[in-house]
Amino acid sequence: MSFDASEFRKLLESIRFLYGYDFTDYSEASMKRRVAHFIRGRKINSLEELGRILLRDEDTFEEFIQEVSVTVTEMFRDPSFYKSLRDKVIKRLATYPTIKIWIAGCATGEEVYSIAILLNEYDLLERSIIYATDINQKSLQIAKEGLYPIANMKTYTENYIKAGGKKSFSEYYKAKYDSVLFNKMLRQNVVLSPHNLTADKSFNEFQLIICRNVLIYFNQNLQDKVINLFYESLCPLGFLGLGGKESLLFASRRKYFEEIVKKERIYMKTE
Amino acid sequence: MAVDEKYQAIAIGASAGGLYALSSLFEQLPAEYPLPVMVIQHRAKDQKELLEEVLQNKCKMIIKQADEKEKIKRGIIYIAPPGYHLLVEQDQTLSLSSDELESFSRPSINVLFETAAEVYREKLIGVILTGANSDGASGVVAIRKNGGLTIAQDPQEAQYPQMPQAAIDNGVDHIWTLKEIQGFLNQLFVQHRNEKD
Ligand SMILES: C[S@@+](CC[C@H](N)C(=O)[O-])C[C@H]1O[C@@H](n2cnc3c(N)ncnc32)[C@H](O)[C@@H]1O
Repeated sequence: MSFDASEFRKLLESIRFLYGYDFTDYSEASMKRRVAHFIRGRKINSLEELGRILLRDEDTFEEFIQEVSVTVTEMFRDPSFYKSLRDKVIKRLATYPTIKIWIAGCATGEEVYSIAILLNEYDLLERSIIYATDINQKSLQIAKEGLYPIANMKTYTENYIKAGGKKSFSEYYKAKYDSVLFNKMLRQNVVLSPHNLTADKSFNEFQLIICRNVLIYFNQNLQDKVINLFYESLCPLGFLGLGGKESLLFASRRKYFEEIVKKERIYMKTE
Repeated sequence: MAVDEKYQAIAIGASAGGLYALSSLFEQLPAEYPLPVMVIQHRAKDQKELLEEVLQNKCKMIIKQADEKEKIKRGIIYIAPPGYHLLVEQDQTLSLSSDELESFSRPSINVLFETAAEVYREKLIGVILTGANSDGASGVVAIRKNGGLTIAQDPQEAQYPQMPQAAIDNGVDHIWTLKEIQGFLNQLFVQHRNEKD
């Protein structure tokens, strides 16, 4: 389905106006595909019609948000990233009396449990606070429950081992029919809350910020803005972890970060 | 550059058996090839940059794994990173996404072909090579709809015929052997050079 560029723009503008969600600086090609997918799935005929429906129907808008915010995630996604956290970051985090971590764009929480497990294996979970945020409320609800399909555990176990896991992965969850429930202990210091990277401000100072596979959905302009937000939210010598294909290349702040593990996109704020 | 050049970009999709097919297509292309080439090769997520290294050893054009938001340049062969869809933006930059699998794949040939077709329209060439699934079949439809040129590797020759066959079933402009495709790609270069003289 191909959209008229100005019609598409108009739709995004009206969503911003009505609901405060700003998608105007998202990478266009994949945003368009997701909107097209939504339109096809509901047998809507045009962008204009979608605009009219969203105008009067908040429930449809909620579903629209579900669909256009990509929720794809995994536990210990890119195991080498977690391995590098173990090798290069954890020791330095351990020097802080309280470790504050922000996981931005945490989707359904698999990443949050992964980080909690990692901290737990260095006895740091107790004195950590993990703030996990996303714009997708439904995803945050799933994260809160900590209930995931049992079918995924094979991959997650392999990831966990590759990431340098020290225990048997199954110690962290209990099987329940076709799902597994992750140990409540892992969630003890996790705060899940809505936060929109395009609009909301910094809300604390962190020693580590993890934001993976979110920036790829933003255009350069918005990427730069969000990196600024992270810069402001990091303590001096705080760490920033991005997704495997994301970098500070387009960030005006890049000079204020040092590469700690280049390949894994782990950076440290220098000043 | 002549503004009225017939083609502006080439998109290629390959799956099982793709390494051999890709390297035989690229081997002969000169370093100063006048078009950018974007490639989807299905592969395991943990393969990192192996494919790029192997191909680079055999080719004169620059082979690189596609980066987020990079400007598409002629003379470069961009390969989608394992685990990410590769998309073309209106301003002729590349973007990546970790959206759901499409036709059971990420990267998916359909995603590249459909987004590239919207940008390059009739100036796009889409090529489907060997593979054991049917990714790319709806991508060739998008390219044709936008007036671009579609080519499928002859299934008789392809190591895995299913993927080119699925494209052919949806309608392509040419069914060619690797040698014929290679000849066609080369001749674009020769034409381009002659026009410049
Ligand atoms: C592909 S998921 C990545 C999940 C996880 N970080 C990972 O790497 O596996 C992208 C997430 O970014 C969230 N997101 C998109 N736009 C956002 C925004 N403006 N502010 C906060 N989160 C956003 C989506 O809701 C989605 O959960």
